[in-house]
Formats: sequence, C-alpha cells, structure tokens
Amino acid sequence: MDDNDLLATHATDAYTHHGDPGVDELLPQLVAHLREHRTKLRQEWASRIHEAHLLDAMTPQEMAAETTSVYDNYVEVLETGSVEALQHYARDLSERIIPRGVETHEVVGIVLLLRDVLARSLFEKYQQEFPLLNRVLDAYEPAANRIANTVAVSFVDERERVIRQQQDAIRELSTPVLPVRERLLVLPIIGVLDTERARQLTEQLLAGIRTHRAKVVVMDITGAPDIDESVANHLVRTVDASRLMGASVIITGLSPEIARTLVTIGVDLSKMNTFGDLQGGLEEAERLLGYTVTRRDGAAG
Amino acid sequence: MVSGPALVSILRQGSYLIASIHTALDDSEMIRFQGDLIEQIGRHRSRGVIIDVAALDVLDSFGSRTLSNIAEMARLRGATIVLVGIQPDVAFAMVLLGMGTGSIETALDLEEGLAYLDRTVGKPTSATTR
Repeated sequence: MDDNDLLATHATDAYTHHGDPGVDELLPQLVAHLREHRTKLRQEWASRIHEAHLLDAMTPQEMAAETTSVYDNYVEVLETGSVEALQHYARDLSERIIPRGVETHEVVGIVLLLRDVLARSLFEKYQQEFPLLNRVLDAYEPAANRIANTVAVSFVDERERVIRQQQDAIRELSTPVLPVRERLLVLPIIGVLDTERARQLTEQLLAGIRTHRAKVVVMDITGAPDIDESVANHLVRTVDASRLMGASVIITGLSPEIARTLVTIGVDLSKMNTFGDLQGGLEEAERLLGYTVTRRDGAAG
Repeated sequence: MVSGPALVSILRQGSYLIASIHTALDDSEMIRFQGDLIEQIGRHRSRGVIIDVAALDVLDSFGSRTLSNIAEMARLRGATIVLVGIQPDVAFAMVLLGMGTGSIETALDLEEGLAYLDRTVGKPTSATTR
C-alpha cells in the first residue's frame, strides 16, 4: 500500500513539476485515444501475450474475456487515478487463476506487455511533436507503473493468503487425535516432528483427552524419522502432563534412532510405557481399559 | 484475611472430603487451605480426599509444591488423595515446574476421582452397614 502512495506522490509531482496546465488535459486526451483504438490495441496485446507463451493455461475465450476486462480496468485507472476498483478486480482475477497454476512472472509479464503496447501506440500517435510526446509519457508512465505495481501486489497477496490457508489446513491434519474406542485415543505421527509441531501436538493431545474423556492414549511414532533433544524432552513432558490429566500414554513404534536419542539425552524413561508396534500398544490399551477382543469361530481371516 | 468469600469449599461426602478451589489462591490463602484440609481429614476421619482444580487456569510453583505437600501430609494422616480437573495448560505448566512425576495421584474429573477412590480405598459404607 505504501508503495502505491509513494508512486502516487511521484505521479502528482510529475504533473506539478512541469507546471504546464496542458498536462492535466493530456491524460483525458490519452484516455480517449486508448478508448478509440480499444479493439485493435487489445488484439495486439493478446497476440503478444500468446507469442510470449504467457497464460497458456487459459482457453482463447477466457483470454479474450480477461484481456478485455483488464484493458478496460487499466484505462479506467488512467482516467480516474483510483486503483481501488483495480485492486478489487486483480484480487478477484488472482483467485480465479491461482488454482490453475498461473505464476507471478506471467501476471507481471502481461501487465508490462500491456504497458508497452499502449506506450508504443502513444509513441506512434505523438512522434511528430517531440515535446508533447515527452509530456504525454510523463503523464502516462507513473500511472502505468502504479497499475503494474497494484496488480503484482494484489496477485502476491492473494497467493500468500492461499498458501497460509493451506498451511493451516496441513497443520491441522498433521496431528490428528482419533478416538478408536470409548476412552481410548490414537495419535499417529507421520513426518518430521519439529519444535512447533511438537508444541501443537501437546496442545491437541491434552485438549483431546479432555473432550473425549480419554483414559489411555496410544501415540504411534513409526512415521517420524528422528527427533532432536528438545522435541524428545517435549514428548516426555507431554506424557507427564497427560498423566496429570488422568490419562496414561503408551508410545509405540520407536525407531532405533529415536530410542538412542532418548537414552543418550538421559530423560527418565522408567515411567514411559512403550511397545514395539501399534498393534502391541492397542492390545495393551485394551487390557488397561478392560476390553477383551476375541475372534468368532469360523470367521473369515 | 480470614473473612471474605470462600475461595475453597471443603465438603464432606461419606468418608471422603471434596475440596474445590474456585479461583487462583495466593501463598497465604494456599497455606490456609492446607491447614484447613489437613485438620478436617482428622476431624471427619476421612479415608479419601479429592482436590478439584478445574476452575484454575494458572498454578504457580508455590501452588504446585503446596499441593504435593498436602498430598504427602494427607497420606500421613491416613487418607488417599487425588487431584482432579487439571486443565491442559496447567498440566503442562506443572510438568515444566517439575511436578509431573510427583507422588500425587491425578484423574480427569470429579467423577473419575470418586471412581479411583472407590477402587483404592474400597467402599467404606459396606463395611460399616453390616
């Protein structure tokens, strides 16, 4: 936003600096020119996008529709000097094209192409009168830069929002707390356990114990490759905290590396209830809860 | 200091005492609670004590230590003690304060605490009614 303001002051500077009242009238004149040659310029722009192999993910019909709206928005910003509507449109456009894999360089590329196409057309129109051309470009360029900036920032903002949303989703999915029987929870841990994830695991586990009134929790870390000292200590604390909440924790699937880590750092493991695999842990949990699982005679398997 | 709204209620339920802490206690209030509870264990000849801390969202090191002391003193006075209703944040804080592996018994909530006492102390009424 600050960048926009900066460019905006630059733009006004450019107008006032020349002190020529003609400049104020130049922009409307320029806008009228761009409106007049709308079809031709838009087509030229579209063909240049095509040549540059930008936005290949879009169909020709979509391209036609989007280039028309971008063009109209662009001219409107030149006319009014307000980027608000453009911002809105750019965000909306980004929302539509991001899921289709459109990259930042493509979006910036097409806006810069439009800027070039329009500048070239202005150049052609005014090339006979050099001083006038200079003033036209002085009026046009700051506004055009501002537009390019706005579109790029909106696109990146939207992309970051999508990424943040996905990160949240992944984070939530990464430590599921699953009830498997009444008062028995299972926590499968897959992937690298870093400090942040370990902290979150503790939070979800302790909250899960409360909501499910769990008595036994089986934490399976078969899928965790290795853990460092601080995470190991954190796990031990989590087990202790669970015990304070009245639940006993069974840890299963300790890999040789993790077992070595735990022994080397010298945490008190005497109260840790561990089993080799998830099956053993579940059997122990069922024993603690008083379940007996028997197989019916003649059942398949 | 002695008057004012009750910060802790100590209720007699059969041969059990149920103490509920309603709000965070400062050091002197904690000491007073310790004295009251230990005294009442003897007066009511209680076999089991439940301390319910479900309303607490913070517990400092002094509070944690006092609770362990109470548990030890209650044991010496002949009562089994169980701490119930520890909130997740409090549980983790207590572990960080080095209280996680202490001798005190814990349960999820009041109901679980009563079930635990029934299991370990045994139904005392069944012995006296016969």
